[in-house]
Amino acid sequence: MTAAPAERRPVVVTACPDGPVLVRGADVVQDADGASHAVTRPVVAVCTCRRSGRMPWCDGTHKAVERAKRRKEQQGG
Amino acid sequence: MYLPHARGPLSTALVAVLGGRDLLDETALVREVELIPDDVDLLTDEDVQLTLWVLYELHYRGFEGVDDDWEWDPGLLQVRRALEDRLLAQLRFATAPWVQEALGAKGDVASRLFALTESVPGAPLSSYMQREATEEEFREYLVHKSVYHLKESDPQSFVLPRLQGRAKVALAELQYDEYGAGRPDQLHQALFAGGLDALGLSSEYGTYVDRVPAPTLAVTNVMNLFALRRSLAAASMGHLGAFEATSSEPCRKVAGGCRRLGLPDAVSVYFDEHVEADAVHEQLAFRDICGTMAAARPELVEDLFFGAAAYLVSESVAGQTMLDAWAEGRTSLREEPQPAVEERELETAVAS
Ligand code: FES
Ligand SMILES: [Fe+2]
Ligand SMILES: [Fe+2]
Repeated sequence: MTAAPAERRPVVVTACPDGPVLVRGADVVQDADGASHAVTRPVVAVCTCRRSGRMPWCDGTHKAVERAKRRKEQQGG
Repeated sequence: MYLPHARGPLSTALVAVLGGRDLLDETALVREVELIPDDVDLLTDEDVQLTLWVLYELHYRGFEGVDDDWEWDPGLLQVRRALEDRLLAQLRFATAPWVQEALGAKGDVASRLFALTESVPGAPLSSYMQREATEEEFREYLVHKSVYHLKESDPQSFVLPRLQGRAKVALAELQYDEYGAGRPDQLHQALFAGGLDALGLSSEYGTYVDRVPAPTLAVTNVMNLFALRRSLAAASMGHLGAFEATSSEPCRKVAGGCRRLGLPDAVSVYFDEHVEADAVHEQLAFRDICGTMAAARPELVEDLFFGAAAYLVSESVAGQTMLDAWAEGRTSLREEPQPAVEERELETAVAS
């Protein structure tokens, strides 16, 4: 008797404005160099600003990037 | 844990009642609370904060030799309520400028909450830990933090049944991560305890309550005030979000301080974990929890902002109190309490 394949919950990716993408349901995230990073938490935040010190994970650095951008806009404008 | 040592008339009365040495006179205690002058800063009031701390602890692990059923004693709840109302009034007043600014700002609620965390000024505690703190000051820092971190995330678990739908799911995801995501050794409380152990500090729950000043107790008290009252569930979630959203960067700095001082990895592990975890948690808290609550019930928006601002204000007072002490070259901790008279007499009796 063969067991029916376990139903797998779909991977869901949610973009956060000016921030990371949240990934739910993945086992592995591959970075730009092709290295695999195991997912160990229920939700992971993958960096999109590419400034994180813990790639591929977001470490909040995008906020400093946004702050600098705003300051520049204020000075330039 | 044992009942802490009293710091003034209210806590003296409370500790005597819980210790079985006196009967509760809630009317007198409530009157005493009402008589606190309006200009007293409750966040730095030792007697008020210790009293609240003891009352809240009855909902967690309680005290050695104290009947657990005091948790739901109507007289004590009356006293707590009187103290909470005073503290709430002070917090509402202190946070009003930022709450009003956030209410008047453009953008979705989540981005306004993120903006609020950048506009309330904080104490530069993590930068100090990163660059200047001595090992002794670092140990003191952990002692302060132990008061909350040994029960990290427990207060917010009281809020789960009060949320619905997507907000509930997101808080459950966040809490699951705080509670180790299925791995007991990764429980954040346990990670913090590991750091204390590695430095020869006590990781026993509640050991250091007698050593920390009012502002440190106030950080946890404000959290409990919001988490335990259903009417303040939105404030509790705004508070949680502000905590998470001001954590990744400071934790990176504190972890840097651990390495600068050459402290064991078991100490920095907690802070390294939070750089990554809280970058997720801030999104969950502000977008999925607070954003969802605001969309379902727009009348909650003000309390979301209020809770966030109240966290930032209370944390800033606690941090500044530590920094001020160190700047003056003194310890930020209270002296080890002397045993009470009866205990001393008992010890002599046993010894002779
Ligand atoms: S998106 Fe957060 S650090 Fe890059
Ligand atoms: Fe945590
Ligand atoms: Fe967290």
